[in-house]
Amino acid sequence: MKVKVIVTLKNGVLDPQGKAIQQTLNGMTFDNVSEVRQGKYFDIEVNESDENKAKSQVEEMCKKLLANLVIEDYKIL
Amino acid sequence: MKSSVIIFPGSNCDRDMDVALKKFGFENQMVWHNDAEIPKSDLIVLPGGFSYGDYLRCGSIAGKSRIIKSVIDFANSGGLVLGICNGFQILTETGLLPGILQQNKYLNFICKNVFVKIKNKENKYFKKIKKEVLELHIAHNEGNYFCSKNELKSIEDNGQIAVTYCDHKGNDDDKNNPNGALKNIAGIFNKDKNILGMMPHPERMIDPFLSGEDGSLFFENLIESL
Repeated sequence: MKVKVIVTLKNGVLDPQGKAIQQTLNGMTFDNVSEVRQGKYFDIEVNESDENKAKSQVEEMCKKLLANLVIEDYKIL
Repeated sequence: MKSSVIIFPGSNCDRDMDVALKKFGFENQMVWHNDAEIPKSDLIVLPGGFSYGDYLRCGSIAGKSRIIKSVIDFANSGGLVLGICNGFQILTETGLLPGILQQNKYLNFICKNVFVKIKNKENKYFKKIKKEVLELHIAHNEGNYFCSKNELKSIEDNGQIAVTYCDHKGNDDDKNNPNGALKNIAGIFNKDKNILGMMPHPERMIDPFLSGEDGSLFFENLIESL
């Protein structure tokens, strides 16, 4: 089954790319954009039919590789 | 003294490091990332570069490569492990050093000479260096050191800050911070001071005609201290 994961920067962690995107949007007349935070999205195909098992495996993957918990949070969709 | 430089796909400072280590008397060997064992060594170096194209996060893929288990075992048994630039990023991703190197604050790749202040000499990496400030070279896009407040307190309490960015007089304030790094941190140790990760490249400053010689001081001390 397919498992989807979003990795985002934790609140308070500097996101210079998000800031640059926000400033560009403001310059393109989207001047009501007050903040942009950039993240990562993963589509993971796991050869496992049990949804709970697959998701708990993906959780391990998030902790060990996909996210760095010093600065990032992950969310399994 | 024997040293080993690990080569990852995308490493590009491995040969400079090999030249530097040999120049100051190390018997150096190059070790491929997919090997299982590291030959007997007194020092392991993770060189600079862009391992695995900086995919996912800088150093994250290299941090899970086959050779890393041996590096971790060596480090945990007290062996000296030095990570320069991408090597520093790999050391944080393996968890051998705390924190992470984030993208530079102003989104620019920085390639220039900087001054760094030595913050702790009670270790093999800086023990016999007489200078307090070294001129070294940096070249990175992700050198903005970050860690949690609790981690920072623990790093400071344990004397784990190795070098900080400063001016030629040693002022390590905001004005002399090239990349936004917390507390101007350019390099840190683990608690036992046998592991050092730093962004500046001492291997690029070993020739008075090409660059400068403060890197020579670093390697001269290292071979003497071992």
